[in-house]
Amino acid sequence: MTDSKYFTTTKKGEIFELKAELNSDKKEKKKEAVKKVIASMTVGKDVSALFPDVVNCMQTDNLELKKLVYLYLMNYAKSQPDMAIMAVNTFVKDCEDANPLIRALAVRTMGCIRVDKITEYLCEPLRKCLKDEDPYVRKTAAVCVAKLHDINSQLVEDQGFLDALRDLLSDSNPMVVANAVAAISEILDTSPTAQQVLEMNSVTINKLLTALNECTEWGQVFILDSISNYTPKDDKEAQSISERVTPRLAHANAAVVLSAIKVVMKYMEMLEPNSEYVTMLVKKLAPPLVTLLSAEPEIQYVALRNINLIVQKRSDILKNEMKVFFVKYNDPIYVKLEKLDIMIRLTNQSNIAQVLAELKEYATEVDVDFVRKSVRAIGRCAIKVEQAAERCVSTLLDLIQTKVNYVVQEAIVVIKDIFRKYPNKYESIIATLCENLDTLDEPEARASMIWIIGEYAERIDNADELLESFLEGFQDENAQVQLQLLTAIVKLFLKRPTNTQELVQQVLSLSTQDSDNPDLRDRGYIYWRLLSTDPAAAKEVVLAAKPLISEETDLIEPTLLDELICHISSLASVYHRPPNNFVEGRSSLRRSLPPRSASGNNVGDAVPEEVLQMQNSGQSSAPQATVIPGADSLIGDLLDMDLGGPSSYQQNQMFQTPSAQPVQTTAGIDLLGEGLDSLLGGGSTAGDALGGLGDIFSGGQSSSYVPPQEVFLPANKGKGLEISGTFARRNGQVFMELTFTNKAMQAMGDLGIQFNKNSFGLAPAAPINIPSPLPPNGSASTSLPLSTTGAVQKMEPLLALQAAIKNNIGVFYFSCTVPLHVLFTEDGEMDKKEFLSTWKEIPSQNEEQYTITNVQHSADSVSQKLRNSNIFTIAKRNVEGQDMLYQSLKLTNGIKVLAELKIQPGNNNFVLSLKCRALDIYAGVQLAYDTILHN
Amino acid sequence: MIHSLFVINNTGDVFMEKHWKSVINKSICDYFFEAQGKATNPEDVCPVINTPHHYLINIYRNNLYFVAVVTTEVPPLFVLEFLHRICDTFEDYFNECNESTLKEHYVIVYEILDEMLDNGFPLAVESNVLKELIKPPNFLRTITDTVTGKSTGVSGILPTGQLSNIPWRRTGVKYANNEAYFDIIEEIDAIIDKSGTTVTAETQGYIDCLIKLSGMPDLSLTFVNARLLDDVSFHPCVRFKRWENEKILSFVPPDGHFRLMSYHIGAQNMVAIPVYLRHTINYREGSGGRFDVTVGPKQTMGKTVENVILEVPFPKNVLNVTLTPNQGKYSFDPVSKFMTWDVGKIDTTKLPNIRGNISLQTGSPIPDSNPVINVQFTISQMAVSGIKVNRLDMYGEKYKPFKGVKYITRAGKFQVRT
Repeated sequence: MTDSKYFTTTKKGEIFELKAELNSDKKEKKKEAVKKVIASMTVGKDVSALFPDVVNCMQTDNLELKKLVYLYLMNYAKSQPDMAIMAVNTFVKDCEDANPLIRALAVRTMGCIRVDKITEYLCEPLRKCLKDEDPYVRKTAAVCVAKLHDINSQLVEDQGFLDALRDLLSDSNPMVVANAVAAISEILDTSPTAQQVLEMNSVTINKLLTALNECTEWGQVFILDSISNYTPKDDKEAQSISERVTPRLAHANAAVVLSAIKVVMKYMEMLEPNSEYVTMLVKKLAPPLVTLLSAEPEIQYVALRNINLIVQKRSDILKNEMKVFFVKYNDPIYVKLEKLDIMIRLTNQSNIAQVLAELKEYATEVDVDFVRKSVRAIGRCAIKVEQAAERCVSTLLDLIQTKVNYVVQEAIVVIKDIFRKYPNKYESIIATLCENLDTLDEPEARASMIWIIGEYAERIDNADELLESFLEGFQDENAQVQLQLLTAIVKLFLKRPTNTQELVQQVLSLSTQDSDNPDLRDRGYIYWRLLSTDPAAAKEVVLAAKPLISEETDLIEPTLLDELICHISSLASVYHRPPNNFVEGRSSLRRSLPPRSASGNNVGDAVPEEVLQMQNSGQSSAPQATVIPGADSLIGDLLDMDLGGPSSYQQNQMFQTPSAQPVQTTAGIDLLGEGLDSLLGGGSTAGDALGGLGDIFSGGQSSSYVPPQEVFLPANKGKGLEISGTFARRNGQVFMELTFTNKAMQAMGDLGIQFNKNSFGLAPAAPINIPSPLPPNGSASTSLPLSTTGAVQKMEPLLALQAAIKNNIGVFYFSCTVPLHVLFTEDGEMDKKEFLSTWKEIPSQNEEQYTITNVQHSADSVSQKLRNSNIFTIAKRNVEGQDMLYQSLKLTNGIKVLAELKIQPGNNNFVLSLKCRALDIYAGVQLAYDTILHN
Repeated sequence: MIHSLFVINNTGDVFMEKHWKSVINKSICDYFFEAQGKATNPEDVCPVINTPHHYLINIYRNNLYFVAVVTTEVPPLFVLEFLHRICDTFEDYFNECNESTLKEHYVIVYEILDEMLDNGFPLAVESNVLKELIKPPNFLRTITDTVTGKSTGVSGILPTGQLSNIPWRRTGVKYANNEAYFDIIEEIDAIIDKSGTTVTAETQGYIDCLIKLSGMPDLSLTFVNARLLDDVSFHPCVRFKRWENEKILSFVPPDGHFRLMSYHIGAQNMVAIPVYLRHTINYREGSGGRFDVTVGPKQTMGKTVENVILEVPFPKNVLNVTLTPNQGKYSFDPVSKFMTWDVGKIDTTKLPNIRGNISLQTGSPIPDSNPVINVQFTISQMAVSGIKVNRLDMYGEKYKPFKGVKYITRAGKFQVRT
């Protein structure tokens, strides 16, 4: 006797017949009828018409029949709310039944009936059940609170069910605790108001940890997830919780294991990174992660997505486990692709040979997607491990020899990247590449090939013919290919002007006159103008050195990574996107890793408090890659500053204020694309040009000498962010002229700047005002007003200024020298008498003489020039044919400097005598004279 | 939590649905079908699919897709584990879990699903608890039910195991013969390259038990060389502290079949590879190729290699193969292009060999690469890692149980590249 008999129908109509059976007097017949109804419901047939008849069967002492009726009710009450009321009395009665199973069943079912009128009747029975003597009923009631909250959250809060739920966290039965935790986490997910009532503290966490050992595996998942949301108060607590959680790593249930890993990963952030305990934890994490990979493929997939995050955060955990990520041919494709990604992340010099052999094997497989990704992976290996680049290139060449179309195309795309990473190293293979020109039919591969031809036009004898052959079908090409072709032909022309003039004219006219693609047209016009006005400049611009591409471009940016680490095991970790990005109606509370904190005594010596401050603002990654030599001693001070960046208010301001400076032409830059990135992307020459422009536009009042911009932070130290700048003084204020160039492959935003304490108390007076985010290859300039009222600390050398820049990628440090003359104030002109008396007051041993050589100015033009930089000539005497200029200046911090400049006619060497109470600044003043007079 | 479940068969029929919260229309499955359409093989459907309002988390098992719908941020592993557990439960109840058995037991299936989850939260998942709540169908009971007119299908008493500290075991278990059997099964996952060198090899071990002991026995199992086991996962019944401190497996076992622990011996340890393949597969320009494979024993510690099966997935443009094995039988599926050779036992005096011709579709180019050969085998009375049980002690009960330990080594994902 099987259930399939419930599906036999008669001609009379199923519903009609069922109705008759449901109203039968015989119990057995009734039950059979209800079963038939349920069976129809299961396959999605509409049997709601039978509602009153089924509800009539509810009052029975037969548990199976009762359950079946309840099943039916849950499904259809919503569509028949008025009829559902009929069932309420039975529910309320059942909630008082002597049998706990029936009490639980009643409260459970009531919660599933999503009808407002019923929920009103639910409150009283639910309250009783939450305090029931039987844990089975309490545990069911806990879940019911979550159900009720889903239907009517206000009611739950008004009736105090949240408090009751919190009380259940202290229940003696671990199952009840686990369900209470599950209910709480579901409520918190949808309602931020419940936060205050249900907040976790160390007491409740302790209770959870006790329940953790005894409740079911599913309960453990809920408990572990709750624990991971709690931030321990210090490292001791973090360690003790971690200790109690680690046994879960050996659980058979993968969900428990991954949730435990989440807790450990998060709490590890709070512990001393080099402590023995952390080393031990790291060791303990590898085996369970590897074990997850022997589970079912679906579980492997989720595990791999998480491992991808974990190895980015802590690459040491799995560094010896490369082999478990080797692909089996019968892995599902989604597992294969993920494994490949992780293999690349774990690749290093020691295992590259193995990895490469594997990748080559994969590149001969059948699945096209997988093969493509494998070829790409070989390219990524080359970029990541420099020592292996050569082997990677030869592997790629082998693959090109196979002549499998998509393999060849993919290989050419990655070889282009390899050329960009290692210029002038592997060009010998260009000939082989050119052989495959005809087979390329994908835009990306064509564009890459054209880029290669353009870039190495001087080495390819028939480059013009090759490019010309592409030009024939110019109009039919993809925009990407058209842009590359334009740039490549211009490059070719600049490298080999003979015989290619016609070609360049042809491409310029094709892209400017015959194209309706604005990007292409604009790029064409710019080249045209450049070439026609100043071919030399064009050469400098178009053929400028390109920034190297880095291996890090495919990494998740650190703040997002930290957030995702907090969401290990969740959907967010599968999508690699923060939950508020894709989960509907979720409170937008973003999680961040806890700052490393230390308890009690061991704080002071090990971790400067400043670190905590900084990490609180989400910068948990330890400072790396400082440009400042001897950084160790300085870091403490640098971190002293609040690197939190502008407050959200300021940030809003930043976004609203349109850039006032015409120099900030970033908006146009990405149109220009790769070929022109060097023009605006700021090699030092381009930076100069911008700096000059900045002066022209900055109001004309400034005539104080502005040194040319120099590179403060090279791109390789700033993860692609290059900063060049200089200092200027305008209208009585010091400005830092900064040019930011993004040489990374991703957009940058959230720029913030802070200075270390310095000799003159310089501090930024406003947030950095540049359009954010800065697109790849974009650059932007800004004038950052500086105040001189910041913290003062004497620096060595005196004029050194250490600054920290943060953006969405990280924090970088650089050091630069402030030219002293920007600190000369406008009110530095002394009265003649005062000058005289001051001169006398300063003891003569303070006087120092310098020679300034090779000045091409007369006394008059000198004093004019110096005056522009706030060095005031007070008197001028002619003694024995020599011009003596007496000058004064004042620094922002009030120090006054007196000077005597001796100018002999016919002698280009001036003698400068300085007198001041502070001897330290002499060098700076002298340098200021020197630079001003020489420019 | 888990909102709804749809069960879909290979032909794309949603033949079963269960909702734990409000009803979600089965049109949501269209997103799943879209993903399925993109996949080349049925098992290639991505386990996590997002749709504008829901997330579909699915597993593929026994040619059925179990698609769970969730609406909130739920740990996907939790859902996946649970879906597998649902299948396990069905297999436990009906011996197999396929479309026809599920359809045959619609109502029980529905009752089970309802008992396993409440509002999407797991409620009663342990098989012993479930079986007390909902009796599995059995022939005898069906007859009694029909004769007496009573139904014994659903129990009216609260199962005892539900709330105890050991939810996996029910009280009052009684057996006339008290027995405890342990199967130590080790699977070798390996990739062997063309030249016979091991690219990677690791061992996945399981200890599966069949425990039929009365009362509340408390067992402890010790190993001769427990230090081999550093990557382990346990059934919840194992007391972790004692393992940590003394390397003793101490537990109150569930009743019946269960997996006590699984362990993993990583790629760093040497794994003895028990078989080798000698192969020549080459294609000739024109219309065919040669296939010649010999299997031989390698490091078997004197034990016989049995149940050897070779699976060769030929490229799509292979039309047919005509082979002659010197032992066993072979078959070739012209649709999937799978050649399966059931070798049987390896006789060391005369090594199994299969050879013959491959015919390609006329005009198609010769394949770029040779197939990867999947090898299956079993070796009884040997655990390749060398793990050995020392002794099994029982506390808490007076009787003397019968104890048995069996060792088996077999191939897991054992692949030979050619």
